[in-house]
Amino acid sequence: MVIGLEVHAQLKTTSKLFSASPNQFGSEPNENVNFIDSGMPGMLPVLNFGCIEKAIKTGFALNFTINKYSVFERKNYFYPDLPQGYQISQFEFPILTEGFINIDTKESQKKIRIERAHLEQDAGKSIHDIDPKYSFIDLNRVGTPLLEIVSYPDLSSADEVVSYMSSLRQILMYIDVCDGNMQEGSLRADVNLSVRKPGEELGTRCEIKNLNSFKFIRQAIEYEFQRQIEVLESGGVIEQNTMLFDTTSGETRAMRSKEFSHDYRYFPDPDLLPVKITQEQIDEIKPTLEELPNQKLDRYINDFKIEKNISKIIISEKDNTKVFEKMISMSDVSPKIIASWLVGDIFAYVKENNYDVLDLLDKVQLITDLLKLVSDDVISNKAGKEILPKVLSGEGNPNDLVKEMGLEQVSDTSELEKIIDDALEGEGENIAKFQAGSDRVLGYFVGKCLKASKGKGNPKLINKILQEKLQK
Amino acid sequence: MKQSISQIKRSLSEKKIGVAELYSEYASKAKSNPNNSYNLVLEDEINKSLINQSQDRYSSGEPLALDGIPMGIKDLFCTKGIRTTASSKILSNFTPQYESFVTQQLLNNGSIFIGKNNCDEFAMGSSNETSHFGPVINPWRSKSSPEDNLVPGGSSGGSAAAVAEGSCVASMGTDTGGSIRQPASLCGIVGLKPTFGSCSRWGVVAFASSLDQAGPLTTCVEDAGHILNAINKHDFNDTTSSNHKRDDYVVGMHDKIHEKIKIGIPSDYLDGVNQDILNQIENTKKVLSNHEIEFVDVKFKTTEYALSTYYIIAPAEASSNLARYDGIRFGIREDGESLDDIYLNSRTQGFGDEVTRRILIGTYVLSAGYYDAYYRQAQKVRRLIKDDFQRIFKDVDFILTPTTPNEAFKIGDKLDPISMYKNDIYTVPTSLAGLPGISIPSGLSSNGLPLGVQLIGNYFEEKKLLQLAALTEKELAFNE
Repeated sequence: MVIGLEVHAQLKTTSKLFSASPNQFGSEPNENVNFIDSGMPGMLPVLNFGCIEKAIKTGFALNFTINKYSVFERKNYFYPDLPQGYQISQFEFPILTEGFINIDTKESQKKIRIERAHLEQDAGKSIHDIDPKYSFIDLNRVGTPLLEIVSYPDLSSADEVVSYMSSLRQILMYIDVCDGNMQEGSLRADVNLSVRKPGEELGTRCEIKNLNSFKFIRQAIEYEFQRQIEVLESGGVIEQNTMLFDTTSGETRAMRSKEFSHDYRYFPDPDLLPVKITQEQIDEIKPTLEELPNQKLDRYINDFKIEKNISKIIISEKDNTKVFEKMISMSDVSPKIIASWLVGDIFAYVKENNYDVLDLLDKVQLITDLLKLVSDDVISNKAGKEILPKVLSGEGNPNDLVKEMGLEQVSDTSELEKIIDDALEGEGENIAKFQAGSDRVLGYFVGKCLKASKGKGNPKLINKILQEKLQK
Repeated sequence: MKQSISQIKRSLSEKKIGVAELYSEYASKAKSNPNNSYNLVLEDEINKSLINQSQDRYSSGEPLALDGIPMGIKDLFCTKGIRTTASSKILSNFTPQYESFVTQQLLNNGSIFIGKNNCDEFAMGSSNETSHFGPVINPWRSKSSPEDNLVPGGSSGGSAAAVAEGSCVASMGTDTGGSIRQPASLCGIVGLKPTFGSCSRWGVVAFASSLDQAGPLTTCVEDAGHILNAINKHDFNDTTSSNHKRDDYVVGMHDKIHEKIKIGIPSDYLDGVNQDILNQIENTKKVLSNHEIEFVDVKFKTTEYALSTYYIIAPAEASSNLARYDGIRFGIREDGESLDDIYLNSRTQGFGDEVTRRILIGTYVLSAGYYDAYYRQAQKVRRLIKDDFQRIFKDVDFILTPTTPNEAFKIGDKLDPISMYKNDIYTVPTSLAGLPGISIPSGLSSNGLPLGVQLIGNYFEEKKLLQLAALTEKELAFNE
C-alpha cells in the first residue's frame, strides 16, 4: 500500500490567524467570535505574525525550505460553518516546501519526505445531532490557525503512518507549535491511500478525511486497504473518492466522488498582501527553536548516560522531559537513578491515579529529597518505594515519613555486626559451603540478615561485613 | 452658488447660523428626497447630541476640521446602529454594530451625517439603476427633453445627486472603476478617487477589494481636500492601507504653482468621441494656457484592454466577496427544503440582475480550466497597464482626460450591459493602476448637461493633484 498524509496541526497561538479573537478550545459556543470571524460586511483579515513565526520554527524542525515569499489565497465554497464563503489558505506559494523527517521502523529508520506545509484558517463546527430539524453552528473554531503538512506518498504501512504521525506530533509539541491534543482536534490527519502490486504504477487513491486518533488512523488504513484489495481482486476498479471513517463500525465509506468534487476557484486574496519574510526575521527565530526530541535523546544518552530505552520513554512526551529536567536541576542525585525511578515507580503511580505528568512539577523537591535518601543509603530502595506513594499523595515530606514509618536504614556497623553474628550462629554447614566457593550462600545470608533487621539494614554494608566475616 | 466647507464654517464661527439650523436646512431637503438619492435619512433625534456638541465647540471657538458639516454617506459604508444595505435586497434588514474606519474619521472631525445615499447594488453599475431602492434621478434636466428623468451616473449616484441637489454639503462615495468620478461628472460636481491604499476599506461593503477606494463627492476641489485630510489615514486593520506620509491637502492649495507643469493628453482616449466631450478638453487646455503649463500628446499602449481586464478582475473578486451573503447569519433569508435551496433562494431573490451577472462572470473566470486564460491573464495585463502609466509619467506630471464618454442619459436608456460598461472607459484604467484621479466639472454639453474632465496624478501625489485641480476649477469657473 502507498500512503501520503495530510496532517492539520492547530497552531498554539493566543489569537486567530487573521483576527484578534482568542484561539482556545472549550469556550461557550460562539464566544470567541468577532466581526471578522463571523464574516460581517466590510471586515478585513489582518495576518497574525505569530503564526508565521510558528511556521518558520516548523520549517527548521522538519528540515523545510522556508520560502521568503508566500501567498494567501481564497478557497471558495459554501457551508454554514464557513462565514466568509471562502477559506483563506496558501495554494500556489506555500510558506514551507520540501522537508523531511526520519521515522523509526521495526528494522531501522526511514526518511519520509514532506512536500509542503502551508498556513490556513480552520472552519467552524456544524452540529447536526442536537435537534431533529435544525443544525447548530459554533464559530469558535473559525479562523483558528492551521498548518497543513503534506507528505509525499512515502509511507507503506499503518505502522509507518502511526510512527510518522507520532514523530510529527512529538516534534510539533517540542517546538511549542501545537499542543498535540488529538482528542480536541488540535492534530488530525487525512490519509491518502492506494494499493498496487510491487513494481507496478501507483493505483487510484482514496482520501480518508479527518482522523483524530492513532487508533482510528490504524483501523481506517487497515479497513481501507482490505476494501481496495477486495474491489480489485473481484475485478472492480477503485474510484477516486473522499471517504469518511465511521468510528463506531470501523468502516470507511464514500463521502463524495471526484465527479462531485468542488471547484474551489483559488485566487490570491486581494485583502492581503503576499507574505514577505526577510532573512533577518528567519535568523531571529532560529535561536528561539526549542531542543528537538532527537537532540534531547542524544543528550540523555551521551551526557546523562541513561539507557536508550529509558531515554526514549522520557522523551516520548515533552511533559516528561520537563519533569525530568527539573528534577535533575534540583538535585545532585545521578540522572541515571532519577530516570529509572521516573519511568518506573513514579510513572506507574501517575498512570494508576490518573494524574497529569505535569502535576509532578510541584512535587519535584519532595521526590528528589526521597531519591537523595535512597542514593545516600539512608533508606533502602525498598523503603523508598514504600514511601513514594505517600510523598506523591501529599502525606508528608520524605524525611518525616522515614522517621514515622521507622524505615531509616541501619548503617551502624556495630549494630549490623551484631545482627550478622546472630544470623551466622548455627550455620556452620553453610559457612563451609561458602568457603568452598558457593556464592549462592552469600545471598541467603544477606537475606537472613535483612529479615532480622526488619528490612532496615543497609544491604551494601551487610554484604561487605558478611564477606569479611565469612572469609575469616 | 453652493457654499463650501470653509464658507459654512466661517458662518458658523461668526454665529450667522447655528449648527442645528444648518443641519435642518439640509436635512429637510434630504427628507423630501426628490431624486431618491437617499436610502435612509437619519432621524433628527439620532444627531441631536452630535449637533449640540458641535455647537459647543463653535461657541468655545475650537471647531474641528469638519465641525457641523452635514454629509451624506454612500450606503456602502457600515455605520454603527444605522441600517446599511449596499442598496441590495439581501442586506435590506442589516444594521452593523460597527462604524467603518472612514466614516469614523468623519465623525471624529465633527461631521454630521444626513443619511445613507442610494447607490448601485453593491456598487455595481454606472447609472444607479441597479439599486433595490429604485433609480436615483439626476437633478439636472436636458434642454432637448426637460421632462425626462436622467441618470446621475453610478455607482455613487445617490451621493452625486445629493450634493448636486444641495441636501448635503458633501458625500462619501466609493470608486471601484469610476464610481465617484463618473457620477460627479454627470451631476456637475467634484469627485476624487484617491490612490489605492490611501483610505481604509475597513467597514466598507466590499465589491472588488483590489480596486475599491473611498473618496469624497463635493461641490468644490477645496472641500475634497478638507475631507481627504480627515479620511486619509493609515489603518492597521486594512492590510492594503498604505503607511506613507500624509500631507495637509488644503494648506497651500490656492497658492500660485511655481514649477512648470507638463500635462499629457492621451490622444487615443479621444478617438471617435463626440464634440461635446472634445470641447471639454479643448476648453480646459485653453483656460490653463495662461499658466506655465505645457500640454503634450501621449499614447497609451494598453487602453483597449483596460475594460475587459477590469470586467474580469472586478467580478472575480466580487464573486468571492459576495459569498458571505448567504442568508445564514444576517440579511434576508429565503426558506428552502435543503441547505442548497436556502442558498439558492436567498441569493437568487436577494441579488438583482447586475450583481448576479457579475457573480456568474467572476465564478466563471476563476473556474478550473479558465483561470489561466482569464484571471491570470487579466492580472498580467493589469501589470502592463500600471507599467504603461509609469512610462507616461516619466514624461508628464499629470494626465488630462474626459471623465465620461457622454452626458447623462435617460433612465432606462442603456439597457445593454456592454454599452453601460463603456461608460467607465476613461476611469477604469486609473482604477486598475491604483492611481488617484479627480473629476472637475468643466462645462455644459450642447444639451445643457454638465460634463467633467479628469486629472490623473501619480501615486500619493494628491497634494499636487488637488492644487492643479483647484487651479483648473478656478479657471473653468463652472460654478459661476
